[in-house]
Amino acid sequence: MSAELKAIYAQYLGDNSLILGQRLSEWCGHSPALELDMSLSNLSLDLIGQAQLFLGYSAQLLGQDLDEDKLAFLRDVMDFKNVLLVEQPNGDFAHTVARQFFFSAFQSLELEALKSSTDSELAAIAAKASKEVAYHLRFARDWTIRLGDGTEESTRRMQTAIEDMWRFTDELFHMDDTHQALLADGVAPDLNTIRAQWDALVDEVLAEAKLTRPGPCRPIMGGREGHHSEHLGHILSEMQYLQRAYPGAQW
Amino acid sequence: MMSDTPKKAKAPSKEWPLWEVFVRSKSGLSHRHVGSVHASDSALAIEAARDLYTRRQEGVSLWVVPSSSIVASDPDEAGNLFEPAKDKIYRHPTFYSIPKHVKHI
Amino acid sequence: MYTTNLNFDKNKKPPKEPESVVEDAEQIAAFEARIAADEMIEPKDWMPEAYRKTLVRQMSQHAHSEIVGMLPEGNWITRAPTLKRKAILLAKVQDEGGHGLYLYSAAETLGTSRDEMTEALLSGKAKYSTIFNYPTLTWADIGAIGWLVDGAAIMNQIPLQRCSYGPYSRAMIRICKEESFHQRQGYEIMWALSYGTDAQKRMAQDALNRWWWPSLMMFGPPDDASPNSERSLRWKIKRFTNDELRQKFIDVTVPQAEALGLTVPDPDITWNEERGSYDIGPIDWDEFYSVVKGEGPVARDRMAAKHKAWDEGAWVREAAIAYGEKQQAKAEAA
Repeated sequence: MSAELKAIYAQYLGDNSLILGQRLSEWCGHSPALELDMSLSNLSLDLIGQAQLFLGYSAQLLGQDLDEDKLAFLRDVMDFKNVLLVEQPNGDFAHTVARQFFFSAFQSLELEALKSSTDSELAAIAAKASKEVAYHLRFARDWTIRLGDGTEESTRRMQTAIEDMWRFTDELFHMDDTHQALLADGVAPDLNTIRAQWDALVDEVLAEAKLTRPGPCRPIMGGREGHHSEHLGHILSEMQYLQRAYPGAQW
Repeated sequence: MMSDTPKKAKAPSKEWPLWEVFVRSKSGLSHRHVGSVHASDSALAIEAARDLYTRRQEGVSLWVVPSSSIVASDPDEAGNLFEPAKDKIYRHPTFYSIPKHVKHI
Repeated sequence: MYTTNLNFDKNKKPPKEPESVVEDAEQIAAFEARIAADEMIEPKDWMPEAYRKTLVRQMSQHAHSEIVGMLPEGNWITRAPTLKRKAILLAKVQDEGGHGLYLYSAAETLGTSRDEMTEALLSGKAKYSTIFNYPTLTWADIGAIGWLVDGAAIMNQIPLQRCSYGPYSRAMIRICKEESFHQRQGYEIMWALSYGTDAQKRMAQDALNRWWWPSLMMFGPPDDASPNSERSLRWKIKRFTNDELRQKFIDVTVPQAEALGLTVPDPDITWNEERGSYDIGPIDWDEFYSVVKGEGPVARDRMAAKHKAWDEGAWVREAAIAYGEKQQAKAEAA
């Protein structure tokens, strides 16, 4: 198993956490309740921490004097590998919850499987992150139910939100050639197995939330090839601006 | 992506109820009252309490109790409730003299 | 400070308090004796109405300051220059939210409600520390805020740990424990900039130039213009005077600026050997009073942001209540 393939995979994992963490951090000071400012910041901090670990590992594998920050702040959109789901805007709080529920349900299963990766570093990071993401899933699941089974307005908004996010969920389970190779070596998990578990969990929660599972739709994908949604460019412009404006400076 | 909220006069929303929070910071210690949180159900109350009062790993166990469930002694009755105990000094170990050479008592 | 009495007009005499007239002189004397003996007052204890009112105002003002204070720094979270700086800043801002929550919780023990306090903030009736009505223009502002604004706040908060009202004192103890990293992270940012590139050093000096005087103003008007200070000191709601704290802050901070190789923007600042303190140039009290009256550079923007969050989030809060009530009904029916 080449270091380069593992480095790419670690970037994929790190980029998912980084972009989602960045999105969640936008809520700080602006969410519907102070208590939610606290929770959303917690989620964001956990994800940024995961990004540091995964990207740090990727940098280490690649050598060339790279580090977590060079990867986070100096790659352009075509070299980011995250799924499109995590780039989607926060929208109203329902969209944030829908995005979080679909992603955390996936990530908790992914990390659980990664704990037995043949790559010991990834396994270690997964073991630590697993506990955090169990909480993320609980948070997202509970809010999906609260909003789905709350008022007429919240039900309507939540239904719209899950429909808006649905077309990005297929990509979570997409295994390209790199992933297949990593799976063959026991580094990465089988996303087909994970998909079945994810489907069951989603059905259970949507039912309890009195929401309707969206029908099949054309999936929107491309993250691992560097083909993202229009949002990533803006996210990176904002996130990377200081490092781009002051190349080489220490902070 | 954001749905538009129709502008209309709304009645003021109800406030999320208040809950008192008790934290046991480590095994062997009792739960201590640390403050309060606002939450609309018990799961949210536990999450809010965790996020607010145990960010720096200050707890192994959390209790949240609706503030309305707490029954408190009346401070005006403090005299009746607590003063009589002051007279019963035989409850205190210092009331008794034990010769110094007797150990472990 | 976050707790400075901002409800005054420098041209008006302090108001007479009608409440104290009807309260029993004996009760007040007993209360003041408890305070003088360093006893703590707890929520259901007897207290003069003026004590209760002053505390509710001071605690809620302090809480509002923490909450609004999340905005100037929150402005730079998405643009923090490294992952470590991003995480630290987010943790700091989250702490500030948490501090606001502790203080609201403490204020509620005196009979006000969170919604009442929120309404007072949004309507403009309640004040908050006006330092947060200044904008954060560059990353260096984040360093300056941590170093100067948090530094000034700490100076006030440490003595408040011994304030006479139990819940407030306990909230302050918690806050002070958590506060220690806030100032250090700010100073560390300033250090990296001051010893970085020329462009970074320029950014740092510029931030110091803009945040120095407003930070001094955080301590409130001079002692001779603070009418309620004496009573607050006697009731141990306040432990040191405005000028005492301001001087202490200056004496501690000037050497820190020198260590950074930066210049404090006061041509008149000089060490006074006799006093053992720095003499400073004149503070622009006109700026202070106009900012307190609501004319800070981004005062309107801060309130607009809070209104927006509150209004747009109403449906979420309502949904949570509706769900909670359904759960409650189910539990009772079972």
